[in-house]
Amino acid sequence: MKMLSNSNRLLILIAALTIIPAYFTPLWQISLWAPQYPEGLNMKIWIDHLSGNVDTINGVNHYIGMKHIGEEMFPEFLYLKYIIGVLFGLGVLAAWIGKRWSLNGFLALMSLFGLAVLVDMYLWGYDYGHNLDPKAAIKVPDMTYQPPLVGYKELLNFLAYSGPDTGSWILMGGVALLLVAIIRDRKNTKIT
Amino acid sequence: MKTHTWLVAAGLIAVALAPGCKPKGAQSAITGDAASKVYVAPGEHDEFYNIVSGGFNGQMSVVGLPSGRVLKILPVFSVHPENGWGYSEETKPMLNTAHGFIPWDDLHHIAISTTNAEHDARWAFGNANNTPRIARVDLNTFKTVEIIEIPNSAGNHSSPFITQNTEYVVAGTRFSVPVGEEQDVSIDSYKDNFKGYISFISVDPTHGDMDLAFQIEAPPFNFDLARAGKNKSHGWFFFSTYNTEMAHTLLEVNASQKDKDFIMAVNWKKAEEYVKAGKGTTRKVKYAHNKWDEATHSASSEIIEEVLTLDPTVLKDIVYFIPCPKSPHGTDTDPTGEYIIGSGKLAAIIPVFSFTKMLAAIENGDFEGDINGMPVLKYESVLHGEVQKPGLGPLHTEFDGKGNAYTSMFVSSEIVKWNIETLEVLDRVPTYYSVGHLSVPGGPTGKPHGKYMVAYNKITKDRYLPTGPELAHSAQLYDISGDKMQLLLDFPTIGEPHYAEAFPASLIKDRQVKFYPIENNQSPHALKGINDARVERNGNEVHVYMTSIRSNFRPDNIEGVHVGDEVYFHVTNLEQDWDVPHGFAIKGANTAELLIMPGETSTLKWVPDRVGVFPFYCTDFCSALHQEMQGYLRVSPKGANVPLSYSTGDAE
Repeated sequence: MKMLSNSNRLLILIAALTIIPAYFTPLWQISLWAPQYPEGLNMKIWIDHLSGNVDTINGVNHYIGMKHIGEEMFPEFLYLKYIIGVLFGLGVLAAWIGKRWSLNGFLALMSLFGLAVLVDMYLWGYDYGHNLDPKAAIKVPDMTYQPPLVGYKELLNFLAYSGPDTGSWILMGGVALLLVAIIRDRKNTKIT
Repeated sequence: MKTHTWLVAAGLIAVALAPGCKPKGAQSAITGDAASKVYVAPGEHDEFYNIVSGGFNGQMSVVGLPSGRVLKILPVFSVHPENGWGYSEETKPMLNTAHGFIPWDDLHHIAISTTNAEHDARWAFGNANNTPRIARVDLNTFKTVEIIEIPNSAGNHSSPFITQNTEYVVAGTRFSVPVGEEQDVSIDSYKDNFKGYISFISVDPTHGDMDLAFQIEAPPFNFDLARAGKNKSHGWFFFSTYNTEMAHTLLEVNASQKDKDFIMAVNWKKAEEYVKAGKGTTRKVKYAHNKWDEATHSASSEIIEEVLTLDPTVLKDIVYFIPCPKSPHGTDTDPTGEYIIGSGKLAAIIPVFSFTKMLAAIENGDFEGDINGMPVLKYESVLHGEVQKPGLGPLHTEFDGKGNAYTSMFVSSEIVKWNIETLEVLDRVPTYYSVGHLSVPGGPTGKPHGKYMVAYNKITKDRYLPTGPELAHSAQLYDISGDKMQLLLDFPTIGEPHYAEAFPASLIKDRQVKFYPIENNQSPHALKGINDARVERNGNEVHVYMTSIRSNFRPDNIEGVHVGDEVYFHVTNLEQDWDVPHGFAIKGANTAELLIMPGETSTLKWVPDRVGVFPFYCTDFCSALHQEMQGYLRVSPKGANVPLSYSTGDAE
């Protein structure tokens, strides 16, 4: 099988390198605004911890019986850094192999990872928004508080936003580079 | 019959015209778009903070300019039941003095800290007039963090004025008093036994901590006000004096006899040299020095028993006297530091002295006499010139940084604008009524912001809706950006304002403390989480270590307390968000509530005097379930067999 061009192999390597910032930048963010919080409350999800106004969000959410958000709530924090490490290793390997199948395979892996993250986020959000303390002070019949997966959603007096943060945007840039590599490789094939 | 009709008609016309004979009121003084110039739209912020002395309420108020809105009442020398200042165990030591706990004083003047003669607005200083003290307020928290008592002083009016880098804050005594071991002396031995002490309190450039560095033993005059030299006159301090007649009775008459009193010029750099050279004398005194600790959220009070004094009759070149007409009240130095303005409150002119000429007069020995060996300079040798016919009763002068001075006239109830160089009167506007101090943002510094001026008045009369015999004191805001002063706003004030200082809000608004990080709370009674909540008995003391967080207290059911126990509620507010204070009050407590900021710990002491179940609750509407934030404490008879117990959330 024909080898990829050096520039395409370089693109794969760069895409693999875009995984590194995931270790020291936030990956996801959730923001809340209310009349009493014009400045907004913000929570950031990192590879193995949370930051931001987590305590304040917990303080506000305990009235409606939502669970206390804490790091113990996310078993993902224990193994996410290894999964990402393996992804990075496979990316470097794909660049080294430099074959079309390795490029396609790496893109598929990255896409699958992204999808898995979204599914995982949805399941967490569903549980957080539906599993409410039956002794909560404020109970609104039929009301659930699942945060939006991506985008904005109004929940009682709050407007909630959920979306990717720095690390994820960089990762998505990496995925885009893989797509560029595939398109360039196709064009190259047609001409020859 | 006809004549009669004419007479009636003439009478009616006279009645109809009568109100027209009254002079025009302030209504006619408002011109143009005054309202839009002071309008701060909802959600917008004022351009300047104005820190205003509270006079006889012993507090400071924080006012926004140009709106005139009151933003905060800041307790300093007076107890403040609203937030527990002077009532909580942690704040009580702040009001300790050599005379014990004092719940009140009279705060007249404000000094905002400066660097290179410009506002840095790190601290606000205020004076206690009655029991002499100086307080320092931290402008990041708007909290009084230090109070130092001034010994050998009485009526601390000539205070707290500061040097250009806040090296010193001064305290000149209004009343001269007997000092030293033998104080049981006859009042008519005034001239022999009374002294007028001037205190220099050093300020730590980093932390702001004050220290009574030295006192100068001056003659027994009354020291009224003061200003530091700045820029070219940096290193000097100017104190106005009256009662140089040294009367001790009916001062109204007896202290108004001399044609001229003095502005006392003090070379404090020279005084510093004498202190370093060990020329001072240590004297026995007794004064309190109280400090607030933001880490432990509590105050401590120390009694100090020594002070260093300098005798200017022996130590030459520290003190010179400048003759100044008729009982000067304010003495002010212009932004360049060249001109010293004395406001003789009974004088028909305003004298302006030249610092350069003063130095030359000292150099040339241009003296007209001496007071116990301290030179009195020749008036004409030091005088730059006199402002002619300025008005009646000049009191205080502020500056706009454009070469103009503004002097308040108490008797003629007006402000007079004049040119410092040419001494020409440029404009005058009425005040309502009998103006005391003026406040221009940056006015006393080397860099005034010549945009607004506030007149703080002594008499209010008909300015607002009447409220019985006691009225709010009035203030007026003027636009001074143009050639003519323009009245913009008239607003009531808190307490009895004397001096006020204003500075740009941008200096401090982004560095305000929003809450105290709970992990930094080093109070010995602090709780770091709800699991630490508990009640402990130690003899007849019961210590309740309590947490408050929206919307509960832990513990909220307490039993086993006996009549006569000393119960201490140590309440920690566990919130870590801006603007979520919690309050605490219990029925029958002979003290004020606690108002606890997020991350802070405060203590309320209560001695139950009867058997019963006593409710306690949160006094600050904190949340949707604020009305649920409550608890009960059971008090049993002395020696009852009810075990100490506490709980939260245990339902049967």
